[in-house]
Amino acid sequence: MKRDPGLYDYLPYAKRPKIEWPNGARLAFWVAPNIEFYELDPPKNPTRGSWPRPAPDVLGYSYRDYGNRTGFWRMMEAMDRCGVRGSVSLNVAVCEHHPEIIKACAERGWEFYSHGTYNTRYMFNMSEEQERALIQDSIDTIKKHTGQRLDGWLSPALSYTERTLDLVAEMGLTYICDLFHDDQPGPVKVKKGRLTSVPYSLEMNDFIVYNVNLVSPRHYRDILKHQFDRLYAEGAESGTVMCIPLHPYLIGQPYRIKAFEEALRYIAGHDKVWLATGREIAKHFNDNYYDAFARASLPVGEAP
Amino acid sequence: MISDDYLKYPLRRYGMDHDRYDWSILPRRQKVAWPGGARIALWVVPALQWFPLDQKGQPFKPIGALQTAYPDLRHYTLRDYGNRVGIYRIMKALDRHGIRASVPVNAAVAARYPSLIKECAARGWEIVGHGLDMDHLHYEGMADEKSLISKSLEILRKTSKVRGWLSPAKSESRSTLDLLAAEGIDYVCDWVNDDMPYAMRAGGKTIHSMPHSADVDDATILIGMHHDEDELRDQLIDHFDVLYQESATQGGRIMPIPLHSWVIGQPYRIGTLETVLAHIMKHPGVWPATGSDILDAYVSGRKAAQARGE
Repeated sequence: MKRDPGLYDYLPYAKRPKIEWPNGARLAFWVAPNIEFYELDPPKNPTRGSWPRPAPDVLGYSYRDYGNRTGFWRMMEAMDRCGVRGSVSLNVAVCEHHPEIIKACAERGWEFYSHGTYNTRYMFNMSEEQERALIQDSIDTIKKHTGQRLDGWLSPALSYTERTLDLVAEMGLTYICDLFHDDQPGPVKVKKGRLTSVPYSLEMNDFIVYNVNLVSPRHYRDILKHQFDRLYAEGAESGTVMCIPLHPYLIGQPYRIKAFEEALRYIAGHDKVWLATGREIAKHFNDNYYDAFARASLPVGEAP
Repeated sequence: MISDDYLKYPLRRYGMDHDRYDWSILPRRQKVAWPGGARIALWVVPALQWFPLDQKGQPFKPIGALQTAYPDLRHYTLRDYGNRVGIYRIMKALDRHGIRASVPVNAAVAARYPSLIKECAARGWEIVGHGLDMDHLHYEGMADEKSLISKSLEILRKTSKVRGWLSPAKSESRSTLDLLAAEGIDYVCDWVNDDMPYAMRAGGKTIHSMPHSADVDDATILIGMHHDEDELRDQLIDHFDVLYQESATQGGRIMPIPLHSWVIGQPYRIGTLETVLAHIMKHPGVWPATGSDILDAYVSGRKAAQARGE
C-alpha cells in the first residue's frame, strides 16, 4: 500500500494562476445527480457488502428505488424551473433498466458521465483486465444509448484499486470527480493521458449532508447558500467551482425538495455564474489552465 | 481477486431486477381520484409496539430496541410508555379533527392490553398487523415464518378485521409477502419506493404496497436524525405542501404520517403533531382515511379506468 496516492502536487490556494471562466463568470456551477441502480441480490465483493441488512434488504432496496420511480422526476422538474442542467453521474445499467430516465435527461441536454455499471458492483479487488472491461462497458453503453462520448468518471460507490484513475485516463476520459482536495480544477498525475480533477464535493453531497451529518432540509438550503456566497466572493479573484451532487432518492422526497429548490433558485439567480456541466468545466480548464497549474505546482516532500 | 462472474449481469434488462413488481414512473401514471374530489388522503399511522425484556436482537435490533445489559428496565418502560400514556394523547389530537388512524399493532400489545385495542376500535381506527412483537423480526432463513404470521394475525383478528400489515422494522424474508397474501392481507407497508400504492405479485395473488414513509416518521427524524420538534414540524408541513401542490395537476396524493406512540406521545412532543394536523386540516380537499379506505379507492379507480379502456 502507498502512504500517498501520488495523484497531485502541492498548489497553494493563495498562489495560483488566475482562472477566468467564460463571459467573466466568477463561479462555475454544476449539479451532478447520481442516477443509480442498486441490485436486490448482487454478487458479493469480499471487501464490501452491498446492504446493511441481511438479504433481501427491503428497506434499503426500496429506499433507493424511490429515486427512479418517484424522486428523479420531482428533482428534474425543480431543476427545469431553475434553468439548471444536470451532469448525470450514471450507473450505466440504468440505460437498460430505465431508459425513460435517460431519455428525459438527454432531451434536456444533460451530460452523462460514468458512475460504474451498478452501485452494487465495486472496483475493489478487480484485476486490470476486469477494470478495463468495466470502464469500456461505460464508454460503450453511454455511446449506444445517448450518443455522447464519455468524458467523466466517478467510481461506483467510490470504490477503487490503485490503478483505477490511470486506466480511466488511458482509456480517453478527461475528468474525474473522485478527489476532494480542492475548490478549483487541477491536473491529476496519471501514467498516460491528460486528466483533470473537477471539484465535486462530498460536503455539499446530499448523501453526506442527510445520511452522515444528519442535517435537516432547510439547514441544507442554508449550507448551500453559504457555500455559494463564499465561493462566489472568492471567485472575483480567480474562478471557483461549486458542485451540488445529488441522489434523487434523497433530494426528491417531498419534504426536502422545496427548500432545495429555494437554494437552487438563489444560486442560479446570480449574474456571473456559469451554469455548466462537468465536461464543460473540465474542457475550459484543460484548454486554458491545465499546463499553467501543472507548472506552478510544487513538488511534495517525502513523508518522514 | 474476484471471479469474472462479478462482471456478469443476468438481470440487466428493462425494468426491475426481480419480478415482485413492475417498473413504473409516478408522474406518468393515470391520475388517481379520491372520494369527493379530495386532493390529499391523510393517512395517520401510529404504531403500538412492545419490546420484550429478554430481547434477542436477531438478525438485528430495530430502532427503539433495548440497549443496556439485562434487565434494561429503562428502555423497556420508555417504550411501554407509548401504550400506557402516549397513545391516549394521540387519540385526543386525532379526535379533535375526526381523523381515524390506521394503527399497526404488535400482537403482543393486543394480547397484553385488550382494553387499548377496544379504545382504538371504538374510534373506528383500522387495526394493521405489525408482527408478534419488536423482537420477532421476519428475515430470510428464520424458523417457521408461516406460524409466526398466522399466530400474530389470529390474535389481532379476534378483535378486528385485519387487511394491512407492517413488518416489524420493515424487515421481510423472501417469503413474507407470499405468506401475507395467503393469509388474506391486502396491503403491506414495508416498501418505501413510491408515494402512491402499487400492485405486487405475491405467490399467485396480488398484494398492494402502501406508501408508509420511512422518512417523515417521528422516530426517524427525532431519534435517527436527532432533529428537534420544530424541525419535525417543518418537514411534515413541507412534505404536505409539496404533495398538495402536486395534487393540483397530478391527481390525488397520499400524506402518510407514521408515528410511534412512545416517541410523539411525550408531553413536549404532542403539540408538534397538533400543529401539523391543524395546518393540514385547514386545507380544502383533505380526506382523512385509513389504509383500507385509501386502497379501496385506489383499486376501484383503477378498475373503473380499465373498464373505460384506459
